[in-house]
Amino acid sequence: MSAAASAAGRTNRPVSVASFAQAHNVRRDDEHNEVEMLMPVVAEVFGAIGITKDDVDFICSGSSDYLIGGPFSFVTALDAVGVWPPKPESHVEMDGAWALYEAWVLLQEGEIDAALVYCFGRSSPGNLNEILALQLDPYYVAPLWPDPVSLAALQARALIDAGKATEEDFAAIASRSRRDALSNPNAQVANDTPAQTLLEDEYVVSPLRRHALPPITDGVAAIVLAAGDKARRWSKSPAWITGFDHRIETHSLGARDLTSSSSTAMAAQRAGLSDGPVDIAEIHAPFAHQEIILVEALGLDDTVAINPSGGALAANPIMSAGLIRIGEAASRISSGQARRAVAHATSGPCLQQNLVCVLEGE
Amino acid sequence: MADPTTTEDLGPVTTLATPIRLDFEFTPGVAQSRFLRGLEQGKFMGQRCPTCGKVYVPSRGSCPTDGVPTTEDVALANVGTVTTYCVVNVPFAGQSIEIPYICAQVLLDGANISFMGLIQEIPADQIRMGMRVEAVWVEPDQLTPSLESVRYFRPNGEPDADYETYKEYL
Repeated sequence: MSAAASAAGRTNRPVSVASFAQAHNVRRDDEHNEVEMLMPVVAEVFGAIGITKDDVDFICSGSSDYLIGGPFSFVTALDAVGVWPPKPESHVEMDGAWALYEAWVLLQEGEIDAALVYCFGRSSPGNLNEILALQLDPYYVAPLWPDPVSLAALQARALIDAGKATEEDFAAIASRSRRDALSNPNAQVANDTPAQTLLEDEYVVSPLRRHALPPITDGVAAIVLAAGDKARRWSKSPAWITGFDHRIETHSLGARDLTSSSSTAMAAQRAGLSDGPVDIAEIHAPFAHQEIILVEALGLDDTVAINPSGGALAANPIMSAGLIRIGEAASRISSGQARRAVAHATSGPCLQQNLVCVLEGE
Repeated sequence: MADPTTTEDLGPVTTLATPIRLDFEFTPGVAQSRFLRGLEQGKFMGQRCPTCGKVYVPSRGSCPTDGVPTTEDVALANVGTVTTYCVVNVPFAGQSIEIPYICAQVLLDGANISFMGLIQEIPADQIRMGMRVEAVWVEPDQLTPSLESVRYFRPNGEPDADYETYKEYL
């Protein structure tokens, strides 16, 4: 790989996560529409650093119309921000982590100094198992309507067959994640249950028991990115993004080694993750076994605190859980709990697409 | 006759039908629920923006211009002005209204945004911008939290509105 290519995911212009806010994650918010869910979070992400929408130059959002079954929900969601005076605005039909990537690229180009990124996802209006089947190859796979739990179970089985993990490992990850979630006020599932007790759960789809599955969540989140003077002015202890990259693997599940994540490893390499040690990792592993695959792909050793927020096993708001990982990592840097951190987001079946964001304090 | 144990003679597959159907539950939210509950009582309920003062009907809970919550409920008139319209002459699948019919944007008195309504009790070629119309509701025992509670709008006999009063809403 050329030097230029290997540096592609590195930051040339310092950009910081200036502010982060998320809603309290719940199984079903049937009181509020998307705009009403977003408004308090947008107000909080601006209010926390004393700015308004007039202070950002660009707005980018992440969401999917398939989730609420309504067209152009990303356009109406802008009502939560207000569109006057008009601002450059964009949207990705993806998790907000990828919307953040788009804003970061624009900040790298130097045309803007600050951006608002928000995302929203409701899992409750529709049947998530059916909706997620529609992201699959439309000819050979989607017509079979395989649900995401069954696909994840295939991956978990492959991991066990390869001798890389056991069901006890899955239970230990679930137990630790939900215990850590006790200190996360926005967590949906938080409890202190020993792994041994979790192993008494029934299988949902073998070898995955209920504890190895993410909760189904309605949630929204937002981040303000800032560069230059604004980054300094808005935060006393900015969390700087030092590397950012995302990679995708083939859509054909049969053509992938499901027990490893080459796209995560490549994104991590290009984002410069191995340039130094990290204190914490916020990993978007919706299913417990996926944490094992991702920790290996990221090259993390056991000195790294994995998912101190509880991760996606504590709350998995679709289209938002990835951005929340970046926000959680940045918050711990700004609060001084971590000096260097890695955040990860995933999309697609069985970790098909992966994004890696490396953050550092000063 | 093709050998049923091989697919060789069947030729390439050129089309594939994969039926898809998804069902959703709609969450109107706090503000839109007020609008829908208003319809159930035979009235139009909007909300006012505390910043710019504009009244939205229905409100989605925020002012799309200012991005702030709309908290003040405003009961709107049963009458309004046709700001623009379309005469539908083309039949289409699932059509339930006899053509030609008029689909119009109606600006209710007191509102700052128009919404789409069916205009009846007037020949299609007599509709015009500025026409004053009133809502015709279903019978009181038929009212539901749905726009189906409004059967249609019809001319109410008032003189046409001055263009200046609705030119901002076209």
